[in-house]
Amino acid sequence: MPVMNVVEAVRDAMRLEMRRDPRIFIMGEDVGARGGVFLASEGFLQEFGEKRVIDAPLAESSICGIALGAAVNGMRPIAEIQFADFVWPAINQLVGEAARVRYGTGGRKYAPLVVRIPYGGGVRGGLYHSQSPEVVFAHTPGLKVVAPATPYDAKGLLTSALRGEDPVIFFEHKRTYRLVRGEAPAGPYTEPIGSAEVKRPGTDLSIFTYGLMLHYSLEAVRIVHEQDGINAEVVDLRTLRPLDAETIIASARRTSKAMVVQEDTLAVSVGSEVAALIAEHAFYDLDAPVMRVGPPDLPPMPFSPLQEAAFMPSPEKIAVAIRKLAAV
Amino acid sequence: MPSGLFGPDLVQMYRTMALSRALDERIYQLNRAGKAAIFGSAQGHEAAQVGCIRATDPSRDHYLIFYRQLTAMLELGTTPVELLLGFLARQGEPLSMARQFPLHGAHPRVDLFSFSNVVGTQVPQAVGVALADQMRGEDRVTVVFFGDGAASQGDTHEGMNFAGIHKLPVVFICENNRFAISVPLRKQMAIENVSVRAAGYGFPGVTVDGTDMVAVYEAVKEAVARARSGKGPTLVEAMVYRLLPHTTDDDHSRYLTKEEIEHMRREGDPLPKTAAMLKRRGLMTDAQEAEIKAGARRAVDEATEQAEAAPFPPVEDMYRHVYAEPHGVPPAHGPKSG
Repeated sequence: MPVMNVVEAVRDAMRLEMRRDPRIFIMGEDVGARGGVFLASEGFLQEFGEKRVIDAPLAESSICGIALGAAVNGMRPIAEIQFADFVWPAINQLVGEAARVRYGTGGRKYAPLVVRIPYGGGVRGGLYHSQSPEVVFAHTPGLKVVAPATPYDAKGLLTSALRGEDPVIFFEHKRTYRLVRGEAPAGPYTEPIGSAEVKRPGTDLSIFTYGLMLHYSLEAVRIVHEQDGINAEVVDLRTLRPLDAETIIASARRTSKAMVVQEDTLAVSVGSEVAALIAEHAFYDLDAPVMRVGPPDLPPMPFSPLQEAAFMPSPEKIAVAIRKLAAV
Repeated sequence: MPSGLFGPDLVQMYRTMALSRALDERIYQLNRAGKAAIFGSAQGHEAAQVGCIRATDPSRDHYLIFYRQLTAMLELGTTPVELLLGFLARQGEPLSMARQFPLHGAHPRVDLFSFSNVVGTQVPQAVGVALADQMRGEDRVTVVFFGDGAASQGDTHEGMNFAGIHKLPVVFICENNRFAISVPLRKQMAIENVSVRAAGYGFPGVTVDGTDMVAVYEAVKEAVARARSGKGPTLVEAMVYRLLPHTTDDDHSRYLTKEEIEHMRREGDPLPKTAAMLKRRGLMTDAQEAEIKAGARRAVDEATEQAEAAPFPPVEDMYRHVYAEPHGVPPAHGPKSG
């Protein structure tokens, strides 16, 4: 199997699906000649032409609103939001509109658009190139929200999103784009949306996480295994809506201890929902309260390097938390 | 005589206006009787809407409407009973299964939809609909309606800008009734007419008397022809009067004087104006006018009876259509088993 990084996996999924399905087109800021600021659509203008690779004006609400209209009229648009921090002007077209098309028309219309959103911090992005807004979408019935962490999952899940019949908000962690490499099949394949995956089986406790924090958690688990003999399980949520409650609850029951690790603000977050699910359905199997690891409760995130590092969860910080939970 | 419109067409258009007025009045009565929840009356907008729709081709064109479009819906073949099922939120309501406010959802026979109460959102959506047609090379025009209130939204600007860049087959129709609920035009914009903004997007904008159905028809006909020939969008602004308050929950005497209201009702009602035009042209007699109005009232009476007899949709219906696959039986995302 070829080895690729996350942005290559994203590019591969889009390219293969655009070759297969003429209804798919991509629209966003700098997606044409520039190939996207992260080069996700590098070479697309040459291969697919201006009609299917549309450089949009700097106007996120209409990028999403136009994609929504085209989706309702039989196309499969990919709207690229350049940075997650810029998605706020489009929230109404996504949360207010796209999520309600099928429901609000009694099933007569539906909007199979895919909105790709590079997100996340630890990249010296400051307040406006570091945000993680996924919970707003994960809160919204009618949307599907995907946040892969590996090249294999990114390609398979994006392919599923492009073949689906519902609006999908697809979060790509910027730090993983070139940092994370892994094997992925050269041809097209799908990974199911709505399923979490145990990325490392363990017996002492379960960590629930997604995105960049999957890799930090795996590294932390490696450290505590080597140094302390703690055997932790790591569950990659992969899809944030619908959450794979079955896998989450089964893992918590199996290890009897649960930890949530995320980069996003803890209050009212994806991790809050995971903790609530475990409390509702695995409470009597637990040996300790659910532990949450995340950033301090500040606007994400400071630009200056010492402060940014202090803000972001890290393998070392997660390792400290694992030791604490394992000792209960 | 305008191109493509003949005497019988004009009378037929007047029939739709009369039906709309009778239905509009009935919905008000149902609201005051506590049976219909809320209604944004189309009284005053009838000629503009009937003129617009007549200039399009419902067998292929797309329509994105907003909430004040009772007449447009009737002209597109929606029946009074279908609309009343919406106002009474009854089972069988064809646009949204009565999940939405009346006039929202998707039409069962024409490609018409309206998702939102957030004004202006339909403008970029319409542009996306047109973009899809252009990409596939389909000969269809997208007609999108909005009010002067929605003209202030950023979405309206963004949508028109993109449509201008790509010369998309869209007709933007602003039904300018001079008020965003209570806020008059002079507090909404520093210009006289919304249509002048079209110049900023690189396509024509035109303002017409929205109480004159033939003037509206001709302006929209030209805009549709322009869109079909690949020349791009047009913004048509139809100046109308909103003869009643914003909705059944509004009271316009709080922000209009008695004289202003009387002046508006005297000068701005398109029904007597249209009737007089038809009689002047020898297309309708007093007796025929009376028969048209009586026929409209009978149709509305029958529709009211039918709609009131329908039950409310069952509770279990609310769990459908969240996603392509079944979803949402409570708890919202509880475990699939165990």
